[in-house]
Amino acid sequence: MARRLLLEFEKPLVDLEEQIDQIRQLARDSEVDVNQQLQQLETLAARRREEIFGSLTPAQKIQVARHPQRPSCLDFVQLLSEEWIELHGDRRGSDDKALVAGLGRLGSRPVLFLGHQKGRDTKENVARNFGMASPGGYRKALRLMQHADRFGLPIIAFIDTPGAYAGRQAEELGQGEAIAVNLRDMFALSVPVIATVIGEGGSGGALGIGVADRLLMFEHSVYTVASPEACASILWRDAAKASEAAEALRITSRDLLQLGVVDRVIDEPSGGNHWAPVKAADVLRQALEETLQELLSLDSETLRRQRYEKYRRIGHLLEDGGG
Amino acid sequence: MGRFLPDAVSLLDWFADRRKSAPAVRPIQDTEEGDGLWSKCPTCSQVVYRKDLLANASVCAGCGHHHRIDSQERLRLILDPGSFVPMDEHLAPGDPLAFRDRRAYSDRLRDSQRQTGLRDAVVCGQGRIDGLPLAIGVMEFRFMGGSMGSVVGEKLTRLIEAATASGWPVLIVCASGGARMQEGMLSLMQMAKISAALERHRQARLLYLPLLTHPTTGGVTASFAMLGDLILAEPKALIGFAGRRVIEQTLREKLPDDFQTAEYLLDHGFVDVIVPRPKLRETLASLLRLHGVQPQPEAVATP
Repeated sequence: MARRLLLEFEKPLVDLEEQIDQIRQLARDSEVDVNQQLQQLETLAARRREEIFGSLTPAQKIQVARHPQRPSCLDFVQLLSEEWIELHGDRRGSDDKALVAGLGRLGSRPVLFLGHQKGRDTKENVARNFGMASPGGYRKALRLMQHADRFGLPIIAFIDTPGAYAGRQAEELGQGEAIAVNLRDMFALSVPVIATVIGEGGSGGALGIGVADRLLMFEHSVYTVASPEACASILWRDAAKASEAAEALRITSRDLLQLGVVDRVIDEPSGGNHWAPVKAADVLRQALEETLQELLSLDSETLRRQRYEKYRRIGHLLEDGGG
Repeated sequence: MGRFLPDAVSLLDWFADRRKSAPAVRPIQDTEEGDGLWSKCPTCSQVVYRKDLLANASVCAGCGHHHRIDSQERLRLILDPGSFVPMDEHLAPGDPLAFRDRRAYSDRLRDSQRQTGLRDAVVCGQGRIDGLPLAIGVMEFRFMGGSMGSVVGEKLTRLIEAATASGWPVLIVCASGGARMQEGMLSLMQMAKISAALERHRQARLLYLPLLTHPTTGGVTASFAMLGDLILAEPKALIGFAGRRVIEQTLREKLPDDFQTAEYLLDHGFVDVIVPRPKLRETLASLLRLHGVQPQPEAVATP
């Protein structure tokens, strides 16, 4: 594996890791028994990691959510499903690589997986457009969701995008219309839909594949109405106030659980998903299987009605007219 | 000479750029000049009697510029006099995130409420056009830029649900900068909520017409503005998902002057018809009749 990219607040952990490495080296070179010392340091490192990741600020969580080594949609698909056939194209002249979809299995059950796909490095990010989908991506997603609907395949969506692509061609091809139609038509689906925010959920571009019976969210993921950078430059008139905006917007999994937007928070391995992707996938699999089991016990009419009611309830208002 | 040429060309470019930066279509200004008796058109500078302007649906007789009108004036222009029965007027915004940027959200709300006399950025109700019943929602841009928070979402959803239950067509006059950031993710989710209600309205084979007015952008464009069975727009209205400046920053390319105007969207297939405001009422009446909407007896059923 390539050297891990370190976030600013992870630096205290590096010193400890280096000490541990040095002692290991020492033990290899000499016959000194260092087991006790090693154990102490490793416990300390684990505890520091817990502490740091247990009290991340919203702005720090954004860094974790955007971490280039955080497991992506296709990483999770590979870890969750042995079978995987990626399917392409919106049948309107494009295949968007920022939004991928295909058939696989969750446990033994055939499902449709889909999600935003970022790149690992600059080259792949250019090909994937940094996970910012175009109208063709949303139309491909809807085409395959309706396909899944016809064949009774549950839909498992992974959200991980800074937002829908803001470009001239995207506007000309109807970015707004493509997302809007998805929002409406996902309410007509008769199969269970589970969406999980695995990284960052950026505004309408995330919601465009995110209308679901259950919305799950990884512990350190974020989901925003507008990027804190944009919010800061509009409301604070100062893009440098992004971390204040991140705080004010209530974008963390716990906040959104409390606001009734998210149904379940999935715990991450200590240090975040990028420290232990396989473990993260195990926890994800369990959450998805439990949720799917629950949804499969409902008939399609109940499923659609409950999906409607779930969104119908979201919002905060004063019935009596307030002040 | 060989060294000179590029400089000369770039100087020409500089002049060309300067010309381009003063676009032929001048941006529609939010504040309209003049007070009381007279009004000056922000586009062609023609000065007219305010009375004459109002008589022409607030459209400049000189250049056709559509002045911004408020929700009350919009209702007056569209509906049969006295036919409007408001719905859910009592719904008011809370401050679920206790949001504060340079100012507190609650202060911004109070200002907008005082300025508009409304509790939030949309007016909803039932009314008639030429005796034809419909459910109508009009967004109020003067209220925090027509931004969509929980109240806008809830009122439009209730409006659409009432229309579905009563078999009415729905007209929503859009004017919005998008989702209201001060209510965070609750605002974003209103896009899904309204779209869900529209899905049921559509299943009932009822007609939904959004009218896109200046400006219709962001989360409103990415939900109910683009979900019309037929989509109407006002001349020159700015309609788009992403902001022009954001796109220019990503592309480092100059966009056409008419980019994201109603006319541009019509050319690209995303608007069915552009309706000048003086023709709005009769166009809507025609469309309702062509879709088999039947006149309703005078006595209005209270919703």
